[in-house]
Amino acid sequence: MLDKRRPVFLNLLQIRMPATAMASILHRFSGVLLFFALPGFIYLLQLSLNSERGFDSIAGLFDSLVIRVLVIGLLWSLIHHFFAGIRFLLLDVEAGISKTTARATARLVTFGSLLITIVIVGVCL
Amino acid sequence: MKGVTTGLNAWLLQRLTAVYLLLFMVAMPVTLFVLDIDSYAEWKNVMAVPVMAMTWVLFFACMIGHAWVGIRDVIIDYVHAFRMRLVILALLAFWLISLLIWVMQVLLLGSGGIA
Repeated sequence: MLDKRRPVFLNLLQIRMPATAMASILHRFSGVLLFFALPGFIYLLQLSLNSERGFDSIAGLFDSLVIRVLVIGLLWSLIHHFFAGIRFLLLDVEAGISKTTARATARLVTFGSLLITIVIVGVCL
Repeated sequence: MKGVTTGLNAWLLQRLTAVYLLLFMVAMPVTLFVLDIDSYAEWKNVMAVPVMAMTWVLFFACMIGHAWVGIRDVIIDYVHAFRMRLVILALLAFWLISLLIWVMQVLLLGSGGIA
């Protein structure tokens, strides 16, 4: 088991995070959100495939403000997880691992994902 | 639980599934956009094409494997009591396997019990 004397400090609210840490924790946060959304997504797939009525009812779901907010949050989660994931895969093969590049790509991922989400939401609304 | 669920193998599973998920997330929206589906009948027919169904089956298989490693990592970071950790990991495994069975029913049998 773990060495109990090892210092462990994981209180995210008290840690001041550089851009790379921010991209990383948002990757985890968005992943957890997507995990919780999985049954919802499967349910939508089932609804769309099982009957014509179900298929047609999906568009109506977006009338609800709660659903809209949820979908926007999940859209951001997916976009951030997608781009931050690509960044991590590149880091795995040692692409962009210098401190300056890693920080720049972390900022690009964090702000780029937010921007893309806002643009998509703006176009769709 | 040894094998593809722990250690370096888990790390590798997370990366390999990630690559498939990335490719799917690009290719599937583009495919559906090009096919321009606007009715239930079209959607149903498209999803009945074997290649399409298998692409989705593999997507969810990868998704469940990917979620296993990711959520497992979070649990390991925050749940330190060994027994509690084991119980939560077991619940997670049960939950993910249930979701996988459910979505396979939806994709392959055209049903999923409810609705």
